Amino acid sequence: MIPELGHLAMILALCMAIIQGTLPLIGAWRGDRLWMGLAQPAAWGQFAFLLFAFACLAQAFLADDFSVTYVAANSNSALPWYYKLSAVWGSHEGSLLLWALILGGWTFAVSVLSRQLPEDMLARVLGVMGLISIGFLAFLIVTSNPFERLLPQAPADGRDLNPLLQDFGLVVHPPMLYMGYVGFSVAFAFAIAALLGGRLDAAWARWSRPWTLVAWTFLGIGIVLGSWWAYYELGWGGWWFWDPVENASLMPWLVGTALLHSLAVTEKRGLFKSWTVLLAIAAFSLSLLGTFLVRSGVLTSVHAFATDPERGVFILAFLLLVVGGSLTLFALRAPVVKSRIGFALRSRESLLLVNNLILVVATATILLGTLYPLLLDALSGTKLSVGPPYFNTLFLPLMALLMFTLAVGVLLRWKDTPLQWLLGMLIPVLLASVALGMLASLWFDDFYWSVLAVSLLAAWVILAGLRDLLGKIRHKSVLQGLRSLTPSYWGMQLAHAGVAICALGIVLSTQQNVERDLRMAPGDVLELSGYRFGFEGTTHAEGPNYVSDKASIRVSKEEGSEVAVLHPEKRLYLVQRMPMTEAGIDAGLTRDLYVALGEPLENGAWAVRVHIKPFVRWIWLGGLLMACGGALAASDQRYRVKVKTGVRAALGMSNRGVQA
Amino acid sequence: MNPVRKKRLFIVLAILAGVGIAAALALSALQQNINLFYTPSQIAQGEAPAGARIRAGGLVEKGSLERGQDSLTVSFRVTDGIATVTVRYQGILPDLFREGQGIVALGRVDANGALLADEVLAKHDENYMPPEVTQALEQSGMLKHYETANRETPK
Repeated sequence: MIPELGHLAMILALCMAIIQGTLPLIGAWRGDRLWMGLAQPAAWGQFAFLLFAFACLAQAFLADDFSVTYVAANSNSALPWYYKLSAVWGSHEGSLLLWALILGGWTFAVSVLSRQLPEDMLARVLGVMGLISIGFLAFLIVTSNPFERLLPQAPADGRDLNPLLQDFGLVVHPPMLYMGYVGFSVAFAFAIAALLGGRLDAAWARWSRPWTLVAWTFLGIGIVLGSWWAYYELGWGGWWFWDPVENASLMPWLVGTALLHSLAVTEKRGLFKSWTVLLAIAAFSLSLLGTFLVRSGVLTSVHAFATDPERGVFILAFLLLVVGGSLTLFALRAPVVKSRIGFALRSRESLLLVNNLILVVATATILLGTLYPLLLDALSGTKLSVGPPYFNTLFLPLMALLMFTLAVGVLLRWKDTPLQWLLGMLIPVLLASVALGMLASLWFDDFYWSVLAVSLLAAWVILAGLRDLLGKIRHKSVLQGLRSLTPSYWGMQLAHAGVAICALGIVLSTQQNVERDLRMAPGDVLELSGYRFGFEGTTHAEGPNYVSDKASIRVSKEEGSEVAVLHPEKRLYLVQRMPMTEAGIDAGLTRDLYVALGEPLENGAWAVRVHIKPFVRWIWLGGLLMACGGALAASDQRYRVKVKTGVRAALGMSNRGVQA
Repeated sequence: MNPVRKKRLFIVLAILAGVGIAAALALSALQQNINLFYTPSQIAQGEAPAGARIRAGGLVEKGSLERGQDSLTVSFRVTDGIATVTVRYQGILPDLFREGQGIVALGRVDANGALLADEVLAKHDENYMPPEVTQALEQSGMLKHYETANRETPK
């Protein structure tokens, strides 16, 4: 009964979405206030029905209702309750429902928090989000209904959740990622609404900026969680594989980063309007492309679960419709008024333009590497894959260039900057960062150019940030000065520091990584760069739905002091008879000790993988700092309190601008 | 040419040059780093280039897995139903590596026609088969056989 109610709620949500996606848009076009007013209640109704549908599915999981096909395929009565709950989005149908729910949630948030928007703008934004929702709900109901029943022969027990997903990282990773993907639909809807209304101005940029920031923050957290999960759960000790699905999440993030910076220019200076709109369209299209890649099974990927090509065709058609439709609209309506505002070469505008170009080129190279195998397969039937060296050789220099320009861009002022002043700011920073870079590369035993380069660049970025901070508070006392800075300024500083820390983590952990795969019998000791790993054999352990071989590995410093006892496990999940590796990790700020079990060999010996990874935590720490920066910037008061007056002022200004 | 036009021309040329260089770099990096896929039959017929890093895939033949005594050297045979190729690998095999399953290995073909793999991939999902392997089995007509064998095992 309850699954049927959920199904019904889903269909009602689709009806709401159809109302929300059509009538308000027509109303905004004809100036009909009644029809425009339908957008909000329709959005609320849609969200309520989706929430109900999601609750029904969650109830089916918690109550072990194995007559529902999706539950039977992805759950088991022995599963702990929290994994039963996370199994709701453990596979295709449920994750799409989660996607639709999150889209409903974002729509609801926009309709509640953006009441100060002009009526027609709000109606258009909600209308566009309704159209997106129609696409997803139709997809959900037609091709992937999670409420389908297995009647009359319901199985006695379910086939269990894929053991890889039975982990805390994977409980939170998909919702975060989806919050990000779907969040870009808000920026997209604002861009399309502005195109429809023919009003691309600073006000529009100010409205969509906090939404973009929040979406970008969630996407960043999602990517970090995914990378962290891959590190401890896959048992290879890697944290990024340039896998198509990882690329699919990185691309919208990169374009989203570009969008944030370009929105800043549009808001502050009224420039780059068309470019910003294009970026907003690109960010959402790349999110959709990511969904297509994950769900269609066209790619060879560690994430490619058994999938259905028909679904891929549907998403591809939807993707083409969204990209084609929005680009056509862009071609028709992109601002014909040329902005007459100029800027000099040494201005923040031009450096932000360089930032945008680098990020877009980086995205394009990733897109090329991700889609090239697909295109070639479709055209000539040749099967190939593009290896990580391709991505590394192109992406890493681009990011180095980005870090170099970042520091300059932070210090530059809008419009124009006197060269003398700029040099006065930059030369001390340059000298200090060269000195720090040298020191850092000498600190490690062997010399590597990459270590020198990354420590220099990281110091360059952080010191330039500090220099700017000092410049900002030079006329006040320190405490007063620090307090006078806005949250969005602090957010920027935090995120930029995150970039530097993340880069340090990436290069140091890759360059200084020590690893050994070897056979270890009980009593064997491995000495590896100052640590002694003593293998003490395995014991049998049992979990709620698995049995496991749990090893004890005593790690001590060479001089004898004990560091940790690690317990890597090899689990066998009983329902799917699937083996899983749980790595034993001693985490630290400057190094991780990582031990994973391979396969059992004879006489109690095991294949063991031992890694020492310096500074690997910094990668995720940096990623989290960037996300914190985004959240802090989005919390800035100016997006809320002064919005009303700010919007009026900006509107008045831009109207005059058009008339002039 | 007036200064404004000259400036514009300069900007356009600079952008074109930048795009050109970037595209050339990207394509050359791409050329050097693609790994073509070969089926066991193709490798047996000597179609795979010697020395180049390739991908090969198929089903791991039952009973073909051999381990070295004191090291982590393994060797196994991969088949598409027509031909088999011996794969040698040093290191830890992925969790889902099992005899009878579809895998993909990356490495170089040696003079004896064996694949010296530096990476072996098996997927997250038990029912998942790498698309290349599916196609290789389709070509050799072994897919149906594989699917019926799989269906017999109770789910």
